[in-house]
Amino acid sequence: MSRAVTTRRKTINTVLAWSVGILIFFPILWTILTSFKTEAQAINDPPLFLFFDWTLENYAVVQERSDYMRFLWNSVIIAGGSTLIGVMIAIPAAWSMAFVPSKRTKDILLWMLSTKMLPAVGVLYPIYLIFIELGLLDTRTGLVVVIMLINLPIIVWMLYTYFKEIPGEILEAARMDGASLREEIIYVLTPMAVPGIASTILLNFILAWNEAFWTLNLTAAQAAPLTAFIASYSSPEGLFYAKLSAASTMAIAPILIMGWFSQKQLVRGLTFGAVK
Amino acid sequence: MYLKYALCAATALSVLGTTGAIAETITIATVNNGDMIRMQGLTDDFTAKTGHKVEWVTLEENVLRQRVTTDITTKGGQFDILTIGMYETPIWGANGWLIPLDDLSEGYDVADILPAMAGGLSYDGTLYAAPFYGESSMIMYRTDLMEKAGMEMPEAPTWEFIRKAAAAMTDRDNDINGICLRGKAGWGEGGAFITAMSNSFGARWFDMDWNAQFDTKPWADTLNFFVGMMTESGPSGYATNGFNENLSLFQQGKCGMWIDATVAASFVTNPKDSTVADSVGFALAPDNGLGKRSNWLWAWALAIPAGTAKEAAAKQFIEWATSKDYIELVAEKEGWANVPPGARTSLYENPNYQAVPFAKMTLESILTADPNKPTVEPVPYVGVQFAAIPEFAGIATEVSQEFSAVYAGQQTVEEALAKAQAITNDAMEAAGYR
Repeated sequence: MSRAVTTRRKTINTVLAWSVGILIFFPILWTILTSFKTEAQAINDPPLFLFFDWTLENYAVVQERSDYMRFLWNSVIIAGGSTLIGVMIAIPAAWSMAFVPSKRTKDILLWMLSTKMLPAVGVLYPIYLIFIELGLLDTRTGLVVVIMLINLPIIVWMLYTYFKEIPGEILEAARMDGASLREEIIYVLTPMAVPGIASTILLNFILAWNEAFWTLNLTAAQAAPLTAFIASYSSPEGLFYAKLSAASTMAIAPILIMGWFSQKQLVRGLTFGAVK
Repeated sequence: MYLKYALCAATALSVLGTTGAIAETITIATVNNGDMIRMQGLTDDFTAKTGHKVEWVTLEENVLRQRVTTDITTKGGQFDILTIGMYETPIWGANGWLIPLDDLSEGYDVADILPAMAGGLSYDGTLYAAPFYGESSMIMYRTDLMEKAGMEMPEAPTWEFIRKAAAAMTDRDNDINGICLRGKAGWGEGGAFITAMSNSFGARWFDMDWNAQFDTKPWADTLNFFVGMMTESGPSGYATNGFNENLSLFQQGKCGMWIDATVAASFVTNPKDSTVADSVGFALAPDNGLGKRSNWLWAWALAIPAGTAKEAAAKQFIEWATSKDYIELVAEKEGWANVPPGARTSLYENPNYQAVPFAKMTLESILTADPNKPTVEPVPYVGVQFAAIPEFAGIATEVSQEFSAVYAGQQTVEEALAKAQAITNDAMEAAGYR
């Protein structure tokens, strides 16, 4: 009897999980499907799901009109660079807050998080002026710095949470064995927190990849990443949904593939310490 | 010996200097529309003629406005040429943000630019942007449905005729709406349409002392007429329909009439995308016999931001992109139906272009819109479907949101007009106009 209940519950959970999964994935699926339609089919009422004349025309148009590889390379550099530098800064910061907390550690953490609540547009002009002064407008270096800074609070918070799960006694033992602070962080703490660090890197890479406000406002022709590539296909006059969908599919494809291959690490990292 | 080396070096430097001065790379910020995309494809012709290279930054219209405003006000110098509209040009020209285009070459023939376009893109008599393409609005209608309804579209119909024709063409069982119009919130969407429509009802945004006029009868008449007609003959959910939504409905054969930008004529008559391409007729936007029609005037134009280091090359590009030769180039490569319309008088005198079905009506629509005298009663502003003051975009967006709430059945016409009156007067007072 108890076996039957378990099986029924399992089935319900599976169906529920699949339903939620499909619901979440549906907008992406619809975008991908639309990218293979003509502009007329893309706006057809009732909408066409699978039975239409599939075409690669939109991909050909996008490929011809835009230098996709340049946008892609900019995205890789900006997302990768900002994530790596952010993690390098955040590991020691999170270590000190997790293992050598002061009276103000909690306040500092909350203050760091509160900077995420500031509307980005509020600091657009100051940052724009600083960028002009430093010659950073429309450069990948400038964007790496800005995006690293805006994601840094999240990186620190995530790493702090993971580090808190690691028993302090292990680090103490390393210290007693004569490990220096640098060795303690690199050879003891980091290997133990690899799942957490990996998931932090992955999540922040995705956040940086999708960042649209700063990448649109601080770039022009040279450093524009894939977010600017997508934005260039929205049109106020004329049908554009199919071409926009093709551009969007091309923009999200690398991150989707990366997410697919690293989902195990991502889930492991995100649930790290959730169940004891 | 030293003298020989010095002379050689001087010669080499002068040659390098000369070629270096000629070959620039200019960056152009633009919107994504068919004509602009076509221009990007033809840029090689400009490079071959001048040696200058061009880099394009294509952005969504509102993002572009925000992006170039940030760059101009901070003197960022990211762009050498901007694609801007008729609303921004006089405001930015007055602010000193744009370089005057008062020294274009003789061969360019400035006098050939349609007077309505030149007027709308000038401030204090000086041209600040060269029109790349211009548009007005007109009626596009299904000739087959009109015939079926037993009616005939006059060349210059009244709103009463349009309402009757819309009711006669409506066939809900077959998913055909007599008329499709913009109801979507936004100053450039539903806001532009209702403002242009209100001109023909004798309404205006402001009196000569910048007092809002939404508490007047012409505005109540405009909104009541619009809502009444759309309820009888419009598509469901028209409160969220803008240009693209209506284009899609018309192309699928779900609209008897559509009053919108003249540029749409080439889309609805294109058999590749439109199922009704062979049965579309055109007429002037309707009026009420008060001397003003409900058509608007708009242009996408190219301007040079103050602060660019490449002014000479930018001017060369503008002369190339808005020239008669460019129109010939597009006609040669893509046919006369695809040339950028509405900018030059000579285009409409060209017999090849006169053969394009919508050319005549487009020109007449453009010529009947006067941005300097847009309304029946006098107004202190320039602009047909907008008032060319910096505060307008914000105010009109809020007001159009109130109107869209009426279309969605969330409030009455009276409530929306009262709110519009308060919003506008408050904003104008805060800005120091009143």
